[in-house]
Amino acid sequence: MALSKVANKQAVQVGVKELTMIQAINDGLKTMLEEDPKTLLLGEDIGKNGGVFRATDGLQDVFGEKRVIDTPLSEAGFVGTAVGMALNGLKPVVEIQFLGFVYPAFEQIATHVTRMRTRTLGYYSMPMVIRAPYGAGVRSPEIHSDSVEALFVHLPGIKVVCPSTPYDAKGLLLASIADPDPVLFLEPMRLYRGKRQEVPAHDYRIELGKGEIVQQGEDVTIFAWGAMMPIAMEAAELMKEQGISCEVIDLRTLYPLDKAIIADSVQKTGRVVIIHEGHETGGVGSEIVSVIMETSFLYLRAPIEKVTGFDVPVPLFALEHTYLPTTERVSQAIQKVYSF
Amino acid sequence: MREKYPLLQIIDQEGKWLDESNEEGLLEEKVKQFYYHMLRIRTYDQKGVALQRQGRIGTYVPFAGQEAAQVGSALALGNEDWMFPTYRDHGASLTFGADLDRMLLHWNGRIEGCLPSREKKIMPASIPIATHLPHATGAAMAEGYKGTRNAAIAYFGDGATSEGDFHEGINIASVFKAPVVFFNQNNGYAISLPVEKQMNSETIAQKAEAYGIPGVRVDGMDVFAVYFAVSEALERSRSGKGPTLIEAVTMRFGAHTTADDPSKYRDQAEVNRIRDQVDPLLRLEKHMKHRGIWEMAWRDSIETAIQDELEAAIKRMETYEQPAVSDMFDHVFAEPTWTIEKQKQRILSTGGSS
Repeated sequence: MALSKVANKQAVQVGVKELTMIQAINDGLKTMLEEDPKTLLLGEDIGKNGGVFRATDGLQDVFGEKRVIDTPLSEAGFVGTAVGMALNGLKPVVEIQFLGFVYPAFEQIATHVTRMRTRTLGYYSMPMVIRAPYGAGVRSPEIHSDSVEALFVHLPGIKVVCPSTPYDAKGLLLASIADPDPVLFLEPMRLYRGKRQEVPAHDYRIELGKGEIVQQGEDVTIFAWGAMMPIAMEAAELMKEQGISCEVIDLRTLYPLDKAIIADSVQKTGRVVIIHEGHETGGVGSEIVSVIMETSFLYLRAPIEKVTGFDVPVPLFALEHTYLPTTERVSQAIQKVYSF
Repeated sequence: MREKYPLLQIIDQEGKWLDESNEEGLLEEKVKQFYYHMLRIRTYDQKGVALQRQGRIGTYVPFAGQEAAQVGSALALGNEDWMFPTYRDHGASLTFGADLDRMLLHWNGRIEGCLPSREKKIMPASIPIATHLPHATGAAMAEGYKGTRNAAIAYFGDGATSEGDFHEGINIASVFKAPVVFFNQNNGYAISLPVEKQMNSETIAQKAEAYGIPGVRVDGMDVFAVYFAVSEALERSRSGKGPTLIEAVTMRFGAHTTADDPSKYRDQAEVNRIRDQVDPLLRLEKHMKHRGIWEMAWRDSIETAIQDELEAAIKRMETYEQPAVSDMFDHVFAEPTWTIEKQKQRILSTGGSS
């Protein structure tokens, strides 16, 4: 689907490049730094080192140390600094090296980033993006693999975005930077260097709050995002062989959820499987269930299944693949709702 | 400020005495003990990097260059003292008495690797930066409440001094005169950021002034200097005089981790060029030669013993029983909640194996 969207835009764009997701993010940051002198990047190791994942590779060489800032090792410090910058007319894009390192900055996010607009009755806003690689499956050490998007979805005043393709990564990132309110931009580490995809060289934006039907289907709807999208697609492919037609939806924005895309699909299929690698209890999956109950209760033909991480700290890598939802677990859930 | 916090040394780069008054405390047996531990963790570190390159363990955190800082500080501790290391201080943990098998299991992604030794109070490596400094303060305060003379040591790098927890941990310790030693290893880089961009102060030791505690700056490549600085700080804390901040100036020869490429941010060829001049093991070897206590046969024998010990431990790591899926669920709470119990049963019933 995303590919076809690119094709539609080719008539107007100046160029298309085959990029990985990490390259698409780099390209998106570069595009914004070129376009808007108020935009600047800050974080640990993002300048000379180009980021531990190379998301900011080469940008300091082009834009200098004042726009691509290597900060001291101080998450609360540089997120707080970004608050001051945003108050004073800049548009900071902050990199948290891993989502699990956001906890020291959580106070800044919960008490200032998300509330400044409310607190000042709209006089000040917080046009900032907080980028954070997240998720398990790349044999990272403890804390590096956390997938705690639900913590932020629960905080009023911040949008939460999570791309799953290179094309979406750039389009959503540019929309996030343009947004007048703060956005947590979650980057699935596992997909950073997966497949390549055609990505326009110019500025294009994907509206926040909108999901995408990645595959049309009739029998069961699968909701997923980020690193779980390939799992969703694999399971849907397996089900096709068994004659079960799955509709696969990439939600892309976790707050606010795309209520319409959820309701439309559930009302069509009547059966739902939700996949996320965050912990089950209080996870975003529970919120999707709530939207379904509110909008489509009478259309349900089976209880909703969630395939999620467990209510345990993400284990060290010897067991992380057991923690993560697998194609097998998703397939079993699909069969369960289909044969209910 | 550098003048106020001079770099304490006992031997120079050629291994010659700068301060012979310490000779009494550094008899042959003790010096050989230092060398043995430094060689042991150096060998372990080299194996760690090699195992990662071969895909036999996960991401590894090397500490080559910091052997003197880690061994000198660890050997200064008393058996009942607490150690709060970071992910780069496994050399200190091993020297203090952490189990080698468990250390290797940790690098192999096994939670069993975090189990502390039964004999020593060695905490699992702290992965978040500076967050364990307040823990060391608390453990040390608890020893005070119990009326012991036990102390705690917290290890951390130069980057950690920028985090809020650094301030909070030291501030509380200084207010309550907690028996804790804050042992900083300033190795020059926090991943890619050089210390000059980490902070505007000339030294880390001088930060002690803000808390009204002693700050000590020591040559972290001189195992004797580190040993005496930490011993003195521990003694001071045991006598109720509160914490000390020690800055051991050292060098990280290699990458931040095996996932990092240091040539992106520093002249690695230059590091390799000066490596032999500053190597803490070579410095100790030269010292032993000056004193006439270097014996090649002894060196060969400990090297063989260390190699054998490591090879056997690596073999045990690689043949260690597979992790049980239930391990993931059984230790989150003393009594599993219904949610966890349900999730565990679900994965076990669907044949979820590692």
